[in-house]
Formats: sequence, C-alpha cells, structure tokens
Amino acid sequence: MWNFSNIADSIHKWLNLTFSPTLATIIEMVIVGVCVIGLFAVLGLVLVIMERKVSAWMQIRLGPNRVGPKGMFQSLADTVKLLVKEGMTPTGADKFLFNLAPYIALIVAMLLMAPLAFAKDFQMWDLNIGVLYIAAISSVSVISILMAGWSSNNKYSLMGAMRSGAQIVSYELSAGFSVLSVVVLAGSLNLNTIIQSQADGWWIFKGHIPVFISFIIFIIAVTAETNRAPFDLAEAESELTAGFHTEYSGMKFALFFLAEYVNVFIVCAIGATLFLGGWMPFHIGHWEGFNHIMDYIPSSIWFFGKTFFLIFLIMWFRWTFPRLRIDQLLNLEWKYLLPISLFNILLVTAMAILGWYF
Amino acid sequence: MGSSSMIVLIIAALAFSSIAILIAKIVTKATTNPQKGEPYECGIPTKGTTWKQLNVGYYLFALIFLIFDVELVFLYPWAVVAKHVGWMALVEIIIFFFILFMGFLYAHKKGALKWK
Repeated sequence: MWNFSNIADSIHKWLNLTFSPTLATIIEMVIVGVCVIGLFAVLGLVLVIMERKVSAWMQIRLGPNRVGPKGMFQSLADTVKLLVKEGMTPTGADKFLFNLAPYIALIVAMLLMAPLAFAKDFQMWDLNIGVLYIAAISSVSVISILMAGWSSNNKYSLMGAMRSGAQIVSYELSAGFSVLSVVVLAGSLNLNTIIQSQADGWWIFKGHIPVFISFIIFIIAVTAETNRAPFDLAEAESELTAGFHTEYSGMKFALFFLAEYVNVFIVCAIGATLFLGGWMPFHIGHWEGFNHIMDYIPSSIWFFGKTFFLIFLIMWFRWTFPRLRIDQLLNLEWKYLLPISLFNILLVTAMAILGWYF
Repeated sequence: MGSSSMIVLIIAALAFSSIAILIAKIVTKATTNPQKGEPYECGIPTKGTTWKQLNVGYYLFALIFLIFDVELVFLYPWAVVAKHVGWMALVEIIIFFFILFMGFLYAHKKGALKWK
C-alpha cells in the first residue's frame, strides 16, 4: 500500500540534490507549514458542516441545503460571510489581550498537531514524551479563554470564562488519569510505541473492563474540556448569550470557532490513538483471511475513520443530554470521576503487573 | 522533523491567523456609531464595572486542582516503568494515593468541594 515515509524520503532526497542543505530544510518546513494550514482549514470546514448535518439529522430536519449539493458548501459560504464582517473591539475592552486571545487559541490547537500519527510513518514529530507534551500544551488553551473573557469588558463573558476555567481545569485531571492507564499498560509515553503495542488488538479490547472504564471517563472529560454540550456552560447560549466570545465578531470569532473545532478533532484523535489503536487496522485473533482484507485498507483511513467516529459520538452527546448546572458539573468531576479514575489506575496497574491482557 | 516542528507550527499559526485578520480588515468597511462599542448584555445598559471580585468557589477548586495536577505530573514517570518494577510499584502508588486521598477527604470535609 501507500507508504508515506517513502514519499517523504524521496522529496527530502530530491530537495537535497537540487538545493543547498539549508535551503532544502527551509523548503521542507514551508511545505509542512502549508500542509498543516491546509489540514486546519479543511478540518474546520468539514467539522462545521458535519456538526450542522448531524444536528439536523438528530432532529429530523434537513439542515443547510442551499449552497452546493445538499448544502455541502455552506461552511465555505459562512467563512466568506465572516470574512466581510467587521471585527470590532468594544469600548473599554483591554485591547491588547482582546486581540491576542484568538492567536493563542489557534497556536495551541496548531501545536497539538505535532505528535499525532496521521498514518503509518506519517508524523511530524516522533516525540518520546508525546503524551506528556499533549497534556502540557492542551492545558494552555484555558489561558486564551480566560484572556478573551476577562478582556472583553462584558459580564457574561467574564462569567463564561470563569466557569470555563473551573471546568477545564477540573476535567483535565480525569482526562490525564484515564490517559495514564494506557501509558501503564503500554509502558511508554511515545505515541508511536503505544500504537505499535496495539498491533495484536486495541487497548479497549485488550484491557478488559478497567481500560473500558477509563475510555468512558476520557470521552466525558474531553467533552468537558472542549466546552461542548452537555458541558458547554462556558458558552451556554440561553444564559450567557455566547460566554467568552460574546464580544468577538468577524474573523476573530471565526478563529476562535476554528480553534474550538480543531481541538475537538485533536482530542478525538488522541482518544483514537490511545484506546482504538490509531492507524492500526482491526484484527481478530487468527482469522488470517479477515486480517488480510483489513490490512488492505490504508492506515490513514483507519485513523480518520476512528477519529470521526469519536467526533460523531461527541456530537451525539449534544443532542442526547441536557446541559448540567455548574455545581452539578463540578460535583460530577470531583465526587465521581476523580475517585473512580484514581481507583481505576490501581486496577490497571495490577492488571499490567499480572499480565492479564492478551 | 524533530523539535523544529514546534517553531514551524507556531509560525504557521501566526501566519494563518494574521493573514486572515488582515484580509478581513482590508475587505470590511468600518462604521462608527456611539452605541456600537457598548458591551452586549442583552440590550440593557451596563451597570457598574465588570472587573470586580468573583465567587471564591472558583478559587478553592483551582487550589485543589493544583495539588492533583502536580500529583499527575509525578505519576507520568511512574506509569512508564510500573510494568517493569512490578508489585513494588503498586505498593508505592497505593501509599502515595492514600496520603493524597486523605488530603482530598480533608478538603471534602472542610466543604471546599461544595458550591456556595
């Protein structure tokens, strides 16, 4: 099948033969940057239309259906609309922080792309502490939200930002603990090694019930961390108008929106990598014929398929569960999820030491 | 690509967002209006200042978070070697969790986890 490392190698060799080494490196960097920006933009457009279509489907209506075939170009039209809207700064706002916040949100979302393995041998940075890197960078995103809420001189925004701070910070703990359970089993923080350790079965199947529990905790925690319903208190439309980005308009709002959707993609990609085997195809024991057919599907399709399945799951939550109150939300984390995940780590460790996985 | 990918990504993010904002600035036509810059609080005129003290409940949660987050950082190196070290790792982490859990119970008993 397609081998991405061969393509990358041949481009690298050709560039080095044609240009001087320094120039070749710079050209490679530009190529990578342009690719990432392209992926970013496409992801934003696809996820917005997917969100609207899934919502429409859940509510038995058509959803956007005017622009392009079945309304598929609606998000493109929305982008153009946002581009021609005036991006204004309210009077009395802290102008510097107000304008800085969307940049930080976008930089954080972009930086999280680095250690993800999109396909076999297709990774920007094969980092040996990939899980720690993701945990460290993703906690910066709360700063952009606090900055946006505080600087816009709007009480709703401030309330939304404060709620969001308490919420993201709380749910980061159980997300971290559930990720740790896979790290204990795989014995590595390197995302590539974790994927390789799932060659004979994904952790969600290999790890029995404890890993399944941590998968569920992970999904709940990342739903809260990305400020999505039923945990969307930070931008609860019916009580806070739009929370921390009430005052943002035009392109700055679009950048926040884009960063938010890309964050959803990234957390789902991490979930798919850790629990569902990343780009590893689905194999059943010794069914050679079946396994062989599964191997024919390209690894990138496996990765994106699993990721989009998780994204669909998170979108499904939005139309299934009613929004929680802030005290219920913090109760759920501190009184249920955190003790459960602490205890779960002990179970997983005992399981790893006993070797109770295939 | 190694660690240079971080620099590439930061530059890419900055370039992407600044070009987008710049294009928007060129394309749009700014209008002025005395009421335009007012904060949007559902149409009612704003009362008082926005930047004042908020509920202390958030503050306590942040403090407890700090304890648990530092603990989480301690757990990362432990998690990598736990399988090789064997039962000793489990015993050590049980002691570690026991001490932490006592602190957690204390905070709970003091009412730090109650929303007021």
